[in-house]
Amino acid sequence: MTTDSIMSPRARAGEHSALTREIVTPEGVPIAFELASAGDRATAFLLDCVIQIAATIVVGLALRYAGASSELLKPILIIFEFLLINFYFAFFEIRWQGQTPGKRKIGIRVIDSRGGQLETGAVLARNLVRELEVWTPLRFLILNRMMWPDAPAWALLVAGAWTFVFLLMPLFNKDKLRVGDLIGGTRVVRQPKVVLLPDLVREAQVSLQRRAQVQPTFAFSDQQLAIYGIYELQVLEDVLRQDPSKPSYYDAVSLVCDKIRAKIHYEGRVADSERFLKDFYVALRAHLEQKMLFGQRKADKFAK
Amino acid sequence: MLVMKSVEFRREREATWNELESIISFADDKGLRALGADALARLPHLYRATLSSLSVARSISLDRALVEYLESLVGRAYFVVYGTRQHVRRQLADFFLWRLPSTIRRAKWHILVSLVITLAGAVAAYSLTKHDTDYYYSFVGDMAQGRTPASSTTELRDGLYHTEGATDMLATFASELFSHNSRIGILAFALGFVAGLPTLLLLFYNGLVLGAFVELYTSRGLGVDIWGWLLPHGVTELSAVILCGAAGLMLAHGLVFAGSRPRLDSLREMGRPAAVIVVGAVMMLFVAGMIEGIFRQTVTSLTVRYAVAIATAIFWISYYGWCGRARDRIEGAR
Repeated sequence: MTTDSIMSPRARAGEHSALTREIVTPEGVPIAFELASAGDRATAFLLDCVIQIAATIVVGLALRYAGASSELLKPILIIFEFLLINFYFAFFEIRWQGQTPGKRKIGIRVIDSRGGQLETGAVLARNLVRELEVWTPLRFLILNRMMWPDAPAWALLVAGAWTFVFLLMPLFNKDKLRVGDLIGGTRVVRQPKVVLLPDLVREAQVSLQRRAQVQPTFAFSDQQLAIYGIYELQVLEDVLRQDPSKPSYYDAVSLVCDKIRAKIHYEGRVADSERFLKDFYVALRAHLEQKMLFGQRKADKFAK
Repeated sequence: MLVMKSVEFRREREATWNELESIISFADDKGLRALGADALARLPHLYRATLSSLSVARSISLDRALVEYLESLVGRAYFVVYGTRQHVRRQLADFFLWRLPSTIRRAKWHILVSLVITLAGAVAAYSLTKHDTDYYYSFVGDMAQGRTPASSTTELRDGLYHTEGATDMLATFASELFSHNSRIGILAFALGFVAGLPTLLLLFYNGLVLGAFVELYTSRGLGVDIWGWLLPHGVTELSAVILCGAAGLMLAHGLVFAGSRPRLDSLREMGRPAAVIVVGAVMMLFVAGMIEGIFRQTVTSLTVRYAVAIATAIFWISYYGWCGRARDRIEGAR
């Protein structure tokens, strides 16, 4: 096992993975958002469809119960269905800042691709195009013989393929945009999860105080600290943030400890590899942050 | 003991972040309107403070957990701070009293092109059908049952002054006149994405049907009657179709003639106003459907029919021509 394989997938993908897009807030600060996957979006869409069908059934039954005849019921339901299909998404996305019930459940939302406020026009544009993207191909699938009774099979096939180009568009571009997103200038992103983990340096300091120690157990020279860069520091952070109750934690800790000791030629005896790594983390971070204050960002061990 | 800037920084600012976090999660659960006046007033301040923390953390801290936390927190807060805040009722008023008419005024050239193409189709079909009645079948097809050159003049006249029962009216309104027409209208807009060619065809074809139809009745001496039958709802319906066509042309314009700007930027600058126009057109088709399904089936007086046609024309022209002009000037001055 090497250090590479114990890195978290997040670290391996690098700070800005292929699915991350940056927008610049009106204050001029860039924020990164992770694009929603095609699967998430499809699931949210299906959830919304289920809600729409359920709403239609409930309204239909309620009207029936209230004594509406079927001649009256049919046109009312047709109008209701039309409004639902074309304005359900737009209504919720305007009201809930880019979320529909389905998107909320899945944890994704619509944002303006340039970072501005989500405009009404943008929401309407991205949702009206659904007629072309989803409903026309579907209607075509179900009703193709009725729409075009004497068509040869190949013509139906070509027409079907053509209509599905729009539906499958998110799979074929790197930003996972559907036609509606292109026209409205929007993106669908994952709702970020907010968890603040404890600061490892602060923890080390507290444990130092608890042991009534003034200096850390392990000390490192400037030459030893000059070997690694920010990338290695953050890999080490990932190792130390793993769950200590899992047996793999101590395997990883002792492995990384041995590698680091060999690399920096640490001569002293190491009885507690966890404490060694924690002390090394604190020292290395202090060292690199100090350098950074003077404008030197050492990206990784290969950088000068 | 070792003093680190990044640790001190986090200790000093953490309370602010926690406060922002609790306001944000409350707003996400219960909605922004459930926030008290106090929290609402503190929100922009907390957001800006956290945003500046993020900038600082990026430059002084190598604690990745911290930078990631601040990024997510700012991202979440950003949605709440820059989300739409107006009440839906307020937004609707804003939309119909200013945005829609104003957008339509700015789209006048696209609307003109859309109108010219429809008229070209109508004139072409009129003159062709006048010359050779068989063209009627190729333009109108099976759409007009019982209203073909084979029908007698009496049959045609009866069709124009026929009345129906109340439930039938609602049924025709719902299935044919409103939802069907609106779907075609929305499609005419969306097909603008394919460089607008299908939109042009759709508009021209719509004109062809109209021209052939009018010619048939005019040739039987029913010219005045067919316009009286067509125009009360037709003023609204045809305008709506022309608007949808114009919206499709705008999309095509943004896509094909991007000029010096990136194509996607130009597409969305045209796409957003185009969508606003389509919503206006759907509303008009609803009105047209009501007139066609209910009014026309009960009122057979030619004078009243013409009066309604003129009234709707005046209404739409003054609404789209003048509503919200004062606001245009204010926005234009910005």
